[in-house]
Amino acid sequence: MITDFNTETFPKMLLRHAETIPSRMAYREKYLGIWQEITWAQNLEQVRALSCGLSNLGFNRGMNLAIIGDNRPGLYQAMLAAQCLGGVPVPLYQDSVATEMVHVLNDAAIGFVVVEDQEQVDKLLEIKDQVPTLHTIIYQDPKGLTDYVESFLHSTHQIQTAGEVFNREHTKFFMHEVSKSQPTDLSIILYTSGTTGKPKGVSHSHQNFMRAGKEACIFDNLTYKDNILAYLPMAWVGDHLFSYAQAMAAGFTVNCPESKETVMSDLREIGPTYYFAPPRVFEGLLTQVMIRIEDAGFIKRKLFQAAMNCAKKFGTQILDGQPVNFLNRLVYGFYNLTIYGPLRNVLGISRLRVAYTAGEAIGPDLFRFYRSIGINLKQFYGQTETCAYVCLQPDGHVKYDTVGPPAPGMEIKLADSGEVLVRGISVMQGYYNRPDATAESMDDEGYFHTGDAGIIDHDGHLRIIDRAKDVGKMANGKLFAPKYIENKLKFFPFIKEAVAFGDQRDTVTAFINIDFEAIANWAERRNISFAGYIDLASQADVYVMIGQCIDQVNEDLSVDDMLSHAQIDRFLILNKELDPDDDELTRTRKVRRGFIAEKYGVLIDALYAGKDEQFIEIKVKFEDGRDGQISGNIKIKNAKIVRGSPR
Amino acid sequence: MSEAKTVLRLENISLSFGGVKALTNISFDVKEHEIRSIIGPNGAGKSSMLNVINGVYHPQQGTIYFRDKVRQKMDPTQAARQGIARTFQNIALFKGMTVLDNIMTGRNTKMHSNFLMNALWWGPARNEEILNRRKVEEVIDFLEIQHIRKTPVGKLSYGLQKRVELARALAAEPSLLLLDEPMAGMNVEEKQDMCRFILEVNQQYGVTIVLIEHDMGVVMDISDRVVVLDYGKKIGDGLPADLMKNPDVISAYLGTNH
Repeated sequence: MITDFNTETFPKMLLRHAETIPSRMAYREKYLGIWQEITWAQNLEQVRALSCGLSNLGFNRGMNLAIIGDNRPGLYQAMLAAQCLGGVPVPLYQDSVATEMVHVLNDAAIGFVVVEDQEQVDKLLEIKDQVPTLHTIIYQDPKGLTDYVESFLHSTHQIQTAGEVFNREHTKFFMHEVSKSQPTDLSIILYTSGTTGKPKGVSHSHQNFMRAGKEACIFDNLTYKDNILAYLPMAWVGDHLFSYAQAMAAGFTVNCPESKETVMSDLREIGPTYYFAPPRVFEGLLTQVMIRIEDAGFIKRKLFQAAMNCAKKFGTQILDGQPVNFLNRLVYGFYNLTIYGPLRNVLGISRLRVAYTAGEAIGPDLFRFYRSIGINLKQFYGQTETCAYVCLQPDGHVKYDTVGPPAPGMEIKLADSGEVLVRGISVMQGYYNRPDATAESMDDEGYFHTGDAGIIDHDGHLRIIDRAKDVGKMANGKLFAPKYIENKLKFFPFIKEAVAFGDQRDTVTAFINIDFEAIANWAERRNISFAGYIDLASQADVYVMIGQCIDQVNEDLSVDDMLSHAQIDRFLILNKELDPDDDELTRTRKVRRGFIAEKYGVLIDALYAGKDEQFIEIKVKFEDGRDGQISGNIKIKNAKIVRGSPR
Repeated sequence: MSEAKTVLRLENISLSFGGVKALTNISFDVKEHEIRSIIGPNGAGKSSMLNVINGVYHPQQGTIYFRDKVRQKMDPTQAARQGIARTFQNIALFKGMTVLDNIMTGRNTKMHSNFLMNALWWGPARNEEILNRRKVEEVIDFLEIQHIRKTPVGKLSYGLQKRVELARALAAEPSLLLLDEPMAGMNVEEKQDMCRFILEVNQQYGVTIVLIEHDMGVVMDISDRVVVLDYGKKIGDGLPADLMKNPDVISAYLGTNH
């Protein structure tokens, strides 16, 4: 199947799959409780109809097509349809509020939008006046839209029907358009989540994603027989790589869950062979397992513990193909039959061949847990600007604290400042309409400046410490890497988010966001009564428990000669969850440090002024868009600083 | 609305339980495709009114016309067969059964194959089940409760249980839907969702709705016409905007503006 992919484009791959594997599934989507299947042959037909329909409405080469909605076959087809016509799809984050979309729609001069449903149509109608170029909205799901009279609203069904008619009249049109596509043409614009400032459009050519997708498939032996569950935002580079570029490269099946809430049960039904999830999903799964084990009877609990002890000792070695003696293999095999296998099955990952995680640092215990029960969980490193394809951990050489060596076709080097520089097949064409920003991040030798600070170990594996710009200095001039500390905190199941402060200060302090589910369960077990999130977050017992977690982190830090000075001195537990709707996190759930420091300024002052309590009023946005306010006193506690000599 | 056909007409209905007069001489009508709300303070007789409409209570006096026919004494089963479905103020679902099974019970009146065929899962029974399951799935899709399809109802939050109840009522494909406080105990977001569903049921499927609700904002927003009851008597009837100005209604229910 795999040929010279330097000359491939996505539309040409569609033709090839429709010819070579016409009856294999391209997509599966659950509708009315039943998995509906779309073969590659049907996929070609539907994409052709959509392309012709779009062209009929005036969508031409060089135009951008915005795409907004949950992962749906129809929306992936819309991407392909735009590319077939020489246009460029621009996926937007579907949970953005309307006003957040204005910038992207204007920046990409969007005329046509394909959306999933009424929710997105309503958002677009709300902002249509602010986007002068917008003139056509196409929706997939007509539910609730029958009374909408706007003449610029069309259903995909209408467009495809018109497209079929057009195709019959102009039989050569579609193939002619597809044949015009060139590997160097722009294939997609992905907008960065905007950790700093307005989102920037990242332009990639067909070649970029095609090669990254192909190489990644070869790297992990993915073929058209594999299955993936597409449940992460289509606007995110990872989904575009896994569920689009790789799926198009290898021809494997993309399964779209019924709704956001059903992802876990759909996962079990599909049993994907290839899976990506951010660390928090793996963490959530493990938390669920642990809670249920705690509830289980004595014998089951003991058996589980014994199995886990065995897995901890030999599981990863067996997975990595290292020598383990026969008896231990036998014991592991027994537990594999009785415990690990059923556990993998419950989690819906028993058919899994390769799983990846990235985005945030993953806790070593968490990572080891999955690998030890026989799941080939690996890490990769990449960003929107590099098709999420820079470093990959190869089978058998997986280290917990690195992201692996450079992937095939990629080169990395470190700048003097420690910043990671990347060059290779997946590096973007540039930022859309932003030559200034492009010039800033790409140097003359073609290296992209990632903005991440890292080190390369003696095996050539890359280890990321923090964002280069977040690495600061404490008042005494010593290194302060906030994310490193925050990650250590977040590895505790009870801590959902943490924000550390200490740049230009004498001591380090931290905000803690509790994990409501985990702590509620913990509290129930101890008969601690609470009224809700705010109440639970202020309980003395919770403070004591979180305090212990922080002491543990301090102990860990004390033995690290680079960072032993940066132990947490004082902390508080916030009475609201940090939320992307309040701009405290990005849509990809990264902490917006500067914004938080400003919004919660009084709390930081109180932390450093040595107060025991501080009153604060915080504005919040509810999910329905209304504004509200939370106010209350927040307690501040001291942590133990460990003064041992570094080992 | 004036030219719309009258679906249901109640004339001089009186209902009493022993010495307690629940409803006294009440008349009003419900027109095709409208959302007709009944409001009133606690104990005003709202739920009794619904129970009279779907045949649970039989009024001592008065006449009910349903689709221009005088209605004889009947029971709820007959009401269901005639296309009247309802939800209850205090949720009346089978707590141990899954959401799917609960909604399937709403198809009860549409299933005709006998016990034996069903037990054997054979022939017509099988086709019938598939057809009915599809209808149920359409309702599940409509009310966006796919994620709880297989969850036992007893495990669900109150707001979701209310939604499941609505689903069961919709599964019966009613032409007249009686909703008894569908939004009680819900938060703002859940209420918004429920309003959206009620409006869609009404507009998209043309179902006539009789709604009992305490949230005045909701009632005034989505009703076409409103009946106001107080101590079993009708004290107002008309468009929401007009009732807001009716002094009797204000003093009985909305509270006097000082």
